[in-house]
Amino acid sequence: MVAVINYNAGNIRSVLYALERIGVEHVLTDDHDVIRKADKVIFPGVGAAASTMKHLNETGLTELIRSLKQPVFGICVGMQLLCSHSEEGDVDCIGVFPEKVKRFRPENGDKVPHMGWNTVRLNERNDWVSPEIDGEYCYYVHSYYVEAGSDTVATTEYCGKEYASMMRRGNFYAAQFHPEKSAGVGERILRDFLGV
Amino acid sequence: MLAKRIIPCLDIKDGRTVKGVNFVNLRDAGDPVELGAKYSLAGADELVFLDITATHERRDTLADLARDIARHLNIPFTIGGGVKALADVDVLLNAGADKVAVNSAAVRRPGLIDELAYAFGNQFVVAAVDAKFTDGEWVVYLAGGRIATERRLFEYVKEAQERGAGEILFTSMDHDGTKAGFANEALAKMSDLLSIPIIASGGAGNKEHFKEVFTKGKADAGLAASIFHFGEVGIGELKSYLAGEGVPVRLV
Repeated sequence: MVAVINYNAGNIRSVLYALERIGVEHVLTDDHDVIRKADKVIFPGVGAAASTMKHLNETGLTELIRSLKQPVFGICVGMQLLCSHSEEGDVDCIGVFPEKVKRFRPENGDKVPHMGWNTVRLNERNDWVSPEIDGEYCYYVHSYYVEAGSDTVATTEYCGKEYASMMRRGNFYAAQFHPEKSAGVGERILRDFLGV
Repeated sequence: MLAKRIIPCLDIKDGRTVKGVNFVNLRDAGDPVELGAKYSLAGADELVFLDITATHERRDTLADLARDIARHLNIPFTIGGGVKALADVDVLLNAGADKVAVNSAAVRRPGLIDELAYAFGNQFVVAAVDAKFTDGEWVVYLAGGRIATERRLFEYVKEAQERGAGEILFTSMDHDGTKAGFANEALAKMSDLLSIPIIASGGAGNKEHFKEVFTKGKADAGLAASIFHFGEVGIGELKSYLAGEGVPVRLV
């Protein structure tokens, strides 16, 4: 069973539909016991860091997520919330990854939000997605980014920066883009995480 | 590198696509879900569904359609048409729409953009605008181009950005339906003025027009309906052509 964490973030539905298409059993829940007992956990979402962190702290989900031992996949804002701090609302986050979240500063006419399809470059630390993902396009929508660091397994270039687009530390996995909206490439990445 | 996006637009009426469609091997050409899936396979980067008959009474049918599309489609999509209030958007987003396009209602009451951006985030809000070059100025029109307003295009899109729109979908009524190319001069001016992405609409007639809209027009995405529906230009061949011309595109 895959638990998808239900909290006050938007666009969680599309992750559920993607799991439905892949054909894995899943549940959308904020029940701590259900999340703790799930084989795998997905932490999705679109939203603002400060308000979502407030909600996660108040509901005890921050502590719960930090303590999970099974594979956990943070998507988009889910990835940013797994980092140590976000410039968006100047808020401390869950802190599974030591990296910090910063705002894009546009250069040479770059638009913010970073919206659309951009390439993913895998590095030598990647040990979870198929190597053929290297150089493929995935779909992004975000105005804040995570600096590349020791947990980075893939990078993407925007606003003159090579930032972290996929991360992994132990049982925690993360992607800045939306695999559930990234056509066949995204589905491959979800399958690689789910092991199906 | 961020790719330039190709976006087919499907006009929906009573849950069916209304423009004639000419896909080979497509049993039900009028089914927006099936058509959307077909475009997705062909390499469309996003889809826009405009309900040209949308009213408050039809909100639930539109939500059903959004749910049906979201279930089957693994690329982002925007739904628009008749969005007037927060509640309209709420049902569409809960059904799985990635973005919502607001047009006339936001021109009439720009505060709607603030409300939507605050409630759902900037990335959900596409400010769609129809304009016509009149007496040396770009004038904003309402209701699918039937009613002229006092608003000027450039000050309106700037305001939309400041109020929290995540993207602008600009349709030039002078170019729409002509198949003579996009409004590249106005688009380039808009791109320099704004810091959010711009979707160009109106005037696509051939592959060269897309190259021009991305180079001369500096657009982030090109939207078209009939040339894709009637099979005049295939999305795959369009993208191969653009790649050959040095325009960054996602090839599938």
